[in-house]
Amino acid sequence: MTAAIHARELTYAWPNKPALLDVRDFRIERGERVFLRGPSGSGKSTLLGLLGGVLEPDSGHIELAGTDITPLSASARDRFRGDHLGFIFQMFNLIPYLGVLDNVVLPARFSAARAARVPNGDLEGEARRLLDALGLGARDIASRPVTELSIGQQQRVAAARALLGKPEIIIADEPTSSLDADARTDFLNLLMRECGTQGATLLFVSHDLALGGLFDRTVQLAQINRALEVAA
Amino acid sequence: MIFSLALRSLGNRRSTALLTVAAIAVSVALLLGVQKMRTAARESFANTVSGVDLIVGARSGQLNLLLYSVFRVGDATANVSWESYQKIARHPDVAWTIPISLGDSHRGFRVLGTTNDYFRHYHYAGERALVFTEGKPFAALYDVVLGADVARALGYRLGSEVVVAHGLGNVSFALHKDKPFRVVGILAPTGTPVDRTVHVPLEAITAIHQDFQGASQPAIGARIGASAAREQVDLTPQSITAFMVGMRSKVMTFTMQRAINEYRSEPLLAIIPGVALTQLWNLVGIADTALMVIAGFVVLAGLLGMLTAILTSLNERRREMAILRSVGARPRHIFTLLVTEAGLLAASGVLAGVALCYGLLFAAAPLLERHYGLVLPLTGLSTQDAALLGAIVVAGLFMGSWPAWRAYRNTLSDGLTLRV
Repeated sequence: MTAAIHARELTYAWPNKPALLDVRDFRIERGERVFLRGPSGSGKSTLLGLLGGVLEPDSGHIELAGTDITPLSASARDRFRGDHLGFIFQMFNLIPYLGVLDNVVLPARFSAARAARVPNGDLEGEARRLLDALGLGARDIASRPVTELSIGQQQRVAAARALLGKPEIIIADEPTSSLDADARTDFLNLLMRECGTQGATLLFVSHDLALGGLFDRTVQLAQINRALEVAA
Repeated sequence: MIFSLALRSLGNRRSTALLTVAAIAVSVALLLGVQKMRTAARESFANTVSGVDLIVGARSGQLNLLLYSVFRVGDATANVSWESYQKIARHPDVAWTIPISLGDSHRGFRVLGTTNDYFRHYHYAGERALVFTEGKPFAALYDVVLGADVARALGYRLGSEVVVAHGLGNVSFALHKDKPFRVVGILAPTGTPVDRTVHVPLEAITAIHQDFQGASQPAIGARIGASAAREQVDLTPQSITAFMVGMRSKVMTFTMQRAINEYRSEPLLAIIPGVALTQLWNLVGIADTALMVIAGFVVLAGLLGMLTAILTSLNERRREMAILRSVGARPRHIFTLLVTEAGLLAASGVLAGVALCYGLLFAAAPLLERHYGLVLPLTGLSTQDAALLGAIVVAGLFMGSWPAWRAYRNTLSDGLTLRV
């Protein structure tokens, strides 16, 4: 079985800057839950951009769920991202003018593959199930404007959105940094449980090492990024 | 998909969107209003006089003659002698003539001396003849027939007494008080200068001026009473201001025009009303083109307002764009989203503007007709109007593609990075 994420001989530099990323071999198995620790400036955003397919590496290959996305065109990479990846960001993850349910089903609007993987094509039902699983079962949550939700609730809605349509890979970029300690653990437990249920691979990026113990494996970005070693 | 996103995004910024739509709506209403007004004005202008083949007056300018004879604007520089008038009126090719004698006024309305032929032969708006809502044409010397506006504005009914002022001032101190007229007829509204005219028999003009020497009042004791004036044997005027001619055969019109213009015993000018009206319209039309240009610029201002609103929102929406991209939106989706928003704003603005314009026209049409004789037909949108409105929406889309392009560039550089 191929890996969920496999980056080989990957290099990237912003124009006229020294190399920012130089990853020889970084592999995450399917279903694995990996904590990637990267302080700001370590090339974290760039790596996520490369994995998400919005940036093109200068050289090397990125394989996601068995597909090498590097030779794909920009729009094919966009489509691939929509079909196979779910993203959760730090905060204000939601489209402010859409309701909770519409935010959750958004990926299915852009990706037919994600919509097809929703049981019986019942997008709303699946969205409600995910919200319920993430502890947002209360009836009135779904009908409230997203701007009225607490940050913790917003992050769970974002997690439900990332999980909708069973993408193979969930990438979470500092999703807990604006939550307090209790909410952080709660959120992570729910997220991991749901990733487990769906068989999704989780790449969790944060600078907060305290969370590392909850994951299968912790990787320091500095360990895999040779560009940083040279600079250091 | 993108369309519903665009709708909801605008709904989220409701007040800005509504103001933008309102600005476009007002500008579109103005443009459409000007367009309607100028069509109506042009039509009502061309409809002022019809059925008249020639208008003859003393030699001056073509426009001058048209203005004072038809629009009652300005003054004749000279008169036409009665002999010349009779000579032309009796010409075998001439079917009928309407003599016109101007110079007096009644409370701001022009007094026009003429004969009953006026009511018989004067036509407007194609085939429409003058109609009496009340009363009948002249029967006696001091009878007066009022245009619709005059009767309405001054509250005159049949039998009311009318005193004519000498000269044209709104408030004249030289009144023909000793010779009051009696209203015998009131005409139906025509939307032409006829509505604002006080018609009296041609002979009455002679009668009331008998003791006037020039423009000054006669000396006390030198006045001639109304009945004495009536008893005067000959009230045939020595001259008239102008006259209108109907030919037996239209074919003869040009021959007659040339003959009159070359008339040797008196310098006369004959004009063909249609030709002169077109010439006058071309002159007046400059103002109306200017109005149209101004209205066009107002629409441009409305669209620029929209552009400003969209551009200022772009920075706060970079996060939104990154989120959309993270769920699979391509940069061209972002571009389409913003162009769609601009298109929706422009289209709603145009629709609201059309509604506003028709609402205003509906409300204002009776007023305009009453006060200015401008008939605004509540017609649907002409193809020209529709093309104009379509062009505004297209312009909106075109302008929207600028912020859309910027968002496209932003989203390419931001990628999945959430910027505040």
